Amino acid sequence: MSAAHFAAPGPAISGMLGEHNLADMASERIVMEDMEKDLATDSVIEFRDVAYTLPNRQQLLSGLNLRVLRGETLVLLGRSGSGKTTTLKLINRLLTPSRGEVRVNGTPTADGDVICLRRSIGYVIQDVGLFPHFTVERNIGLVPRIEGWPAERIRRRVEELMKRVGLEANLAVRYPHQLSGGQRQRVGVARALAADPAILLMDEPFGALDALTRDQLQREFLSLQQGLNKTVVFVTHDLREALRLGSRIALMDAGRLVTVLPPEQFVRSRDSLAAAYVQAFMGGLDSVSNRGAS
Amino acid sequence: MNLLHFFMGNHEQILELTLEHLWLVGLSTLLAVLIGIPLGILSAHWPVWNRPVLGTANIIQTIPSLALFGFLLPVPWLGDRADRLAILALTLYALLPIIRNTYTGIRDVDPAVIEAGRGMGLTGRQLLLQVELPLALSVILSGVRVAVVVSVGLATIAAAIGAGGLGEFIFRGLAMVNNQLILAGAIPAAVLALSADFGLGWLEKRLRPR
Repeated sequence: MSAAHFAAPGPAISGMLGEHNLADMASERIVMEDMEKDLATDSVIEFRDVAYTLPNRQQLLSGLNLRVLRGETLVLLGRSGSGKTTTLKLINRLLTPSRGEVRVNGTPTADGDVICLRRSIGYVIQDVGLFPHFTVERNIGLVPRIEGWPAERIRRRVEELMKRVGLEANLAVRYPHQLSGGQRQRVGVARALAADPAILLMDEPFGALDALTRDQLQREFLSLQQGLNKTVVFVTHDLREALRLGSRIALMDAGRLVTVLPPEQFVRSRDSLAAAYVQAFMGGLDSVSNRGAS
Repeated sequence: MNLLHFFMGNHEQILELTLEHLWLVGLSTLLAVLIGIPLGILSAHWPVWNRPVLGTANIIQTIPSLALFGFLLPVPWLGDRADRLAILALTLYALLPIIRNTYTGIRDVDPAVIEAGRGMGLTGRQLLLQVELPLALSVILSGVRVAVVVSVGLATIAAAIGAGGLGEFIFRGLAMVNNQLILAGAIPAAVLALSADFGLGWLEKRLRPR
């Protein structure tokens, strides 16, 4: 690969080395064909002209209009400070919009009971946030417990979930500090799934993991998602992760939504920012092959 | 040898005054815990309260103990009985370490844990009782430990206003220039302070979250 390659505009790039890889990655995710038919009607989460401003008047998000469809994995992609996490937290009302409204299942989040809303949405964050004084078992069973499930049902549910996210049963009595990073993150996912919420919010859940563990968890996420069919909103700054996991990618920059595209179209996008992402990603691959050549 | 004889000869009175001492320290610590922990939670959750609460507790701490006993003496119901007064004064002194450690303990809980809890739909109360307080417990306990150790020493001064306790021996000994009497008050007080320190320290270590 030559210097000319770097200078080429976005669409041309995808015709070269990366095309094959990226397409592979995109096809690895689950395509839900039924879903795409009623794209327009079946939105689970909807942002209507949403803005979020801090008390010191700093605007973190403005003019956001976005729909998340049932069963899809929408990836919010952007660099830090672009408003991805803010967008996510507006969904379970950890933040309240300064303007506009966010609807979950057709109801504005501002109207209903916030505790009810949050319990119906699974939430996974990068730092995991496992309760250090609870065992794995108690961490996973937390929401069912506060929802008043009988003990036996909780026990069965925890067992089932641990199997599902690939945790060995003997880890149930361990404390979070006795687990590896990957195991902790699995517990975080299991905990978010415990009460079987229809919506899952994931804020860079694999960001703190080493590359191999991340790869494995991404793969497991895909197969998990295939079985569960949750509506997922997934925040990341990693294009590779976005292409691999997303049904659609929402690119954000400086508090605004730039574009929303399926992965296949994202890699061909003429949008300058999207192209820059693709180019940076390809640049990484290139530098490896350049080294090999010299 | 003389001292040992003195202790043996007066063991009943020593025991009585020790129990009185324990009563003063125990009750005042209990009151300080009941008042201090909620105030600590208040200032940790609503930063507006942080300055007034901690500021007041700080100022109280700077009042010399003898002066505080003196100030409180003319207060109606309180001044009627010296032990009430002593307990109130000791409670006030015990507040600062308890409030401060409750505040610190709660503020030091990992923000990711709090965020996860809120995001999962824990109510404020559940978050406080199941997450924040259990995780802050060892820090709060170390505040209680400081309060108890200070109280044991401070309670000897309560004898100056006739509230009893091991201070009786000390003041009597001072008046009579009798070292044995002074030691009869000082040694049990030191033993009390050390055992409270050790016992609560052990508990604190056991409750520390991993």
